[in-house]
Amino acid sequence: MKPGAFDYHAPSTLEEALSLLAEHADDAKVLAGGQSLVPLLSMRLARPAQLIDINAIDTLSGIRSDDGGLALGALTRERDAERSVLVAERVPLLAEALPLIGHVSIRNRGTVGGSLAHADASAELPAVALLTGAEMVVRSAASERTVPADEFFVGHFTTSMADDELLTEIRLPGGPDDAGWAFHEIARRHGDFALVGAAAMVALDGERVGEARIAMFGVAERAVRAPQAEAALTGERAGADAFAAAAADATRWLVPGADVHGSAEFRRHLAGVAVRRALATATGRAGRTS
Amino acid sequence: MTQTIEMIVNGERRSAAAEARVTLADFLREKLRLTGTHLGCEHGVCGACTVMIDGVTVRSCLMLAVQARGSEVTTIEGLGDPDHLHPLQQAFRERHAFQCGFCTPGFVMSSLALLQENPSPDEQEVREVLSGNMCRCTGYQSIVEGVLLAAERGAGQVDVSGAPVTDD
Repeated sequence: MKPGAFDYHAPSTLEEALSLLAEHADDAKVLAGGQSLVPLLSMRLARPAQLIDINAIDTLSGIRSDDGGLALGALTRERDAERSVLVAERVPLLAEALPLIGHVSIRNRGTVGGSLAHADASAELPAVALLTGAEMVVRSAASERTVPADEFFVGHFTTSMADDELLTEIRLPGGPDDAGWAFHEIARRHGDFALVGAAAMVALDGERVGEARIAMFGVAERAVRAPQAEAALTGERAGADAFAAAAADATRWLVPGADVHGSAEFRRHLAGVAVRRALATATGRAGRTS
Repeated sequence: MTQTIEMIVNGERRSAAAEARVTLADFLREKLRLTGTHLGCEHGVCGACTVMIDGVTVRSCLMLAVQARGSEVTTIEGLGDPDHLHPLQQAFRERHAFQCGFCTPGFVMSSLALLQENPSPDEQEVREVLSGNMCRCTGYQSIVEGVLLAAERGAGQVDVSGAPVTDD
């Protein structure tokens, strides 16, 4: 398997990259970590005429604190984020999800922005972005806009970015004080794409749920939140009964894809298991405020 | 569009002409004739083509050669030779950490990176790192034992040629 021919560009500034994207918009692909794109090139499922390699643009990498949360340059390597003390402190959900992506040598190259922009329906990071209420900073030669995660992800491999736009930064809010966070996925083999997974946030009000958030992935065309289940869980006594009810609420309407690894019913069942476990773990990590 | 691509491979400056679409794995094997790096799946699943770039492991089938321009690349050829095995290779040999040997270069490079970063990993840490490499012969048990034996002998504290690492 060998990639087809393309013209290769390796701009060293963002402006240069954006002007190349403006010029070649519909027959260009952006190469970040390459851990998803290069296989697609090799299998010739992607045959761009122009390949724009952004790895030389230093300003696209880096992790900084941002208003109680985090801002990550899109080109930040997953492995660097995984080992960042700042990430663990500010957005522990991201720190928990990152080691589940592929394997060490994949994360050494793979980038946070690349995974989000690739928007695989089974990927971990879109669920993290959705649950935390992340914002994506998206630039083109002509404009800059900030897109909430819920509007960024459209479908499997599809985002709301235009062909001439580039994801440059991801801003992840820290969330409520004393909230507990958890990420849980179920995969056939360690390091494989998950069959399904769930992320949860629980903030407690005494023995009751003060605020809950639930996101699932691998269950639909894109990662999804479960607003009804979240609302129903709020005010309930935090415990196994409430979490089982929330898992049932969150997964009842799902119609996951079926393949050799699992039927739709099996995936829906596993999604419920993942939601329950994520809620229980998040609750165990939540601080009790009253 | 063919261009000259230069990189430092196992301490030597090497260059060859290649198109931008040539992967690092194909560049090493076909342009530099370093065929110790094996290609299994060619799409980032099996780990056989693992090499080190500037001190960290990458899958050389998932990187273009042109992206490694100017980098320091370490391949299995950069480790010991049959008369002077690297301690990691010696431990693999003693624990029968290979059968057909096809996956071995990838396992050695992944293990080497682990030991350089963490000279005394526990079994779980070894398994975590090796989970990215596939072996269809050994059942993995002997590979894990080989890495743990190498760790016990301080294989993470010698450089790729087997000489002790100094701080200067």
